[in-house]
Amino acid sequence: MSGADDKGRAHRGLVFKLLLFVAGSFAFGFALVPLYDVLCSITGLGNQKSLTRAVAQGTEAVNRTRTVTIDFMTNLPTVGNWEFRPVTKSLQVHPGQLYEADFFAHNLTGHDTTAQAVPDIVPSKAAAWFHKTECFCFSPQSFKRGEQRVMPVRFFVDADIPAYVDHLTLAYTFYDVPNRGGNTG
Amino acid sequence: MANTEHAAAAHDDHDHKPHGFWGRWLTTTNHKDIGTLYLVFSCVMFFLGGSFAMAIRAELFKPGLQFLDPALFNTLTTMHALIMIFGAVMPAFVGLANWLIPMQIGAPDMALPRMNNFSFWILPFAFTLLLATLFVPGGGPAGGWTMYPPLVLQTGSALPLMIFAIHLMGASSIMGSINVIVTIMNLRAPGMTLLRMPLFVWTWLITAYLLIAVMPVLAGAVTMLLTDHFFGTSFFNAAGGGDPVMFQHIFWFFGHPEVYIMILPAFGIVSEIIPTFSRKPLFGYDAMVYATASIAFLSFIVWAHHMFTVGMPLASELFFMLSTMLIAIPTGVKVFNWSTTMWKGSLSFEPPMLWAIAFLFLFSIGGFSGLMLAIAPADFQYQDTYFVVAHFHYVLVPGAVFAIMGAVYYWLPKWTGHMYDMKLAKWHFWLSTIFVNVLFFPQHFLGLAGMPRRIPDYATQFADWNMVSSIGGFGFGLSQLLFPLLIWQCVRGGAKATDRVWEGAHGLEWELPSPAPYHSWTEAPSLAVLEHGAPSHDTHG
Repeated sequence: MSGADDKGRAHRGLVFKLLLFVAGSFAFGFALVPLYDVLCSITGLGNQKSLTRAVAQGTEAVNRTRTVTIDFMTNLPTVGNWEFRPVTKSLQVHPGQLYEADFFAHNLTGHDTTAQAVPDIVPSKAAAWFHKTECFCFSPQSFKRGEQRVMPVRFFVDADIPAYVDHLTLAYTFYDVPNRGGNTG
Repeated sequence: MANTEHAAAAHDDHDHKPHGFWGRWLTTTNHKDIGTLYLVFSCVMFFLGGSFAMAIRAELFKPGLQFLDPALFNTLTTMHALIMIFGAVMPAFVGLANWLIPMQIGAPDMALPRMNNFSFWILPFAFTLLLATLFVPGGGPAGGWTMYPPLVLQTGSALPLMIFAIHLMGASSIMGSINVIVTIMNLRAPGMTLLRMPLFVWTWLITAYLLIAVMPVLAGAVTMLLTDHFFGTSFFNAAGGGDPVMFQHIFWFFGHPEVYIMILPAFGIVSEIIPTFSRKPLFGYDAMVYATASIAFLSFIVWAHHMFTVGMPLASELFFMLSTMLIAIPTGVKVFNWSTTMWKGSLSFEPPMLWAIAFLFLFSIGGFSGLMLAIAPADFQYQDTYFVVAHFHYVLVPGAVFAIMGAVYYWLPKWTGHMYDMKLAKWHFWLSTIFVNVLFFPQHFLGLAGMPRRIPDYATQFADWNMVSSIGGFGFGLSQLLFPLLIWQCVRGGAKATDRVWEGAHGLEWELPSPAPYHSWTEAPSLAVLEHGAPSHDTHG
């Protein structure tokens, strides 16, 4: 009996240590979040400055000597029944300044549904200098049956955009997302 | 107090025969029963995950969309991975650990029998929850088993169900690992020093430590996803100051050790089988133990090789590339030790040995493609292509799964007391080995030619090799049906197995009668029983 007791004590001691180990691992998973930043700042890896540069430029340096023409277009795929068109057809913008353009969508599918807009920028090489800060294309859009609404996209053109790019087209295609019908809440 | 009750309960089990089907299997605390439950569960999940793979290969048989819409296809790839990893491979290893570790170290049972029962019975609930996601609004999880945000946060109602299922699977593995560690540390027979333990026990001890180190990290990562989605935190949400790449770091800090969790016990199994059928002790036992420990250590510092293309600085790319390549050294030690064990051995090719040799060759192919992927500049080309799919299927199917098959064919006569149908077992082996290569080898070509993974349709230049791969897939899937048939026949009857079963087998489990009695080693054995054969695991002798 005392042998069984000894064994029980040994088991409990080890189980306790292992549970501490498990709790430590769980905490370590969360500690990785700040540790990651600490490691980057100590070693200088992963330069945060260059990652935030684009946004900073947008608010600081507006180039009023240049204008770039942005045309807005819409496409509908062959499936799905929508009215979808740009409210703003075209804008003359100064690089570095924030603008907003609106798009209109009307659900003609006859039921509640969800759709996803997919953007396309022409010429595609210029996409690197076109920054959207807020867009209806960032998340699926839920529509009640027959619902219509205007949706905004906010953007700025990078001040560094090469001089030979003076005309951009932003086009959206509006897709019905299958199997999302019940998830409109 | 709880402890004396516990001891009393254990004594009760000795006196009472198992009471009825449900009474026996639901409440059992016997390591052999629980091992069987794990193995049967794993087999069911293997066929379920396999049927998803069949649907995927049917869709990819030719270009264009045939059977599945893209959302369902993505759900099937995601679920196939989750089921095979957490439902098939890991429970199979835990089942083998339950059956074998107490018999191999001379212990009467696992150290914590009730927790053992609990850790198994969580699993059916976890997988019911996971499979229920197929029927909820928004469909099952379709963002890949790696669950990268922000994509995974667009999952419908399935998201919390999947996360809770993963929590439950994690809790089950953690409890299973604690049980394995306590059993090995506290219940070894006198004289069974750490460096005399069979390698299967060694690899499981290290695996168990890996599990308790990283499963909680996964639990943390998915908890962060949950709070990001429902409670407004911003761990991975850039708009709130978080970082989506952070998830990948945390996930792969779990994910890479997880890869070794799925292969180290396989190394242990192969290290048991090859000496038996070579009729020689394992070459370099100590080196094998240290190599296993080195692999486990290295697994913690290589995680970012899964994310070379996220935009890491050059210094990190170099560090993770070189540390990854370092793993080839202990792995190479193992492969050479197995080969050297076979060198000038008196080889015979019973089914377990066939699986072990196939493991040796085909796992090495997976290892080599892993080295190719470790080369950071080349990985930019291979990333997210079928080359990656071919690589990890080579290490997991003819790696982990073949080792599990070999283990079952090796120990099945000890478990059931009957020999199985050798001819049918060889058919199972050869069909599997041929078709697994037809299935996965062409995927190397597809990947190098640029075919992306997780895609239901593809450009027509990939058509031929996809068709070959699908034919291999159907062949492999169908040939697995022989496996439950063989096991069923072996449970029902067959030639009586001897106690030693294989003439070259050494180890405490072979000193027990066949079938192994319900309660074994109730008195700790003296290791003298091993001395009258050549010691199997002792190279100093």
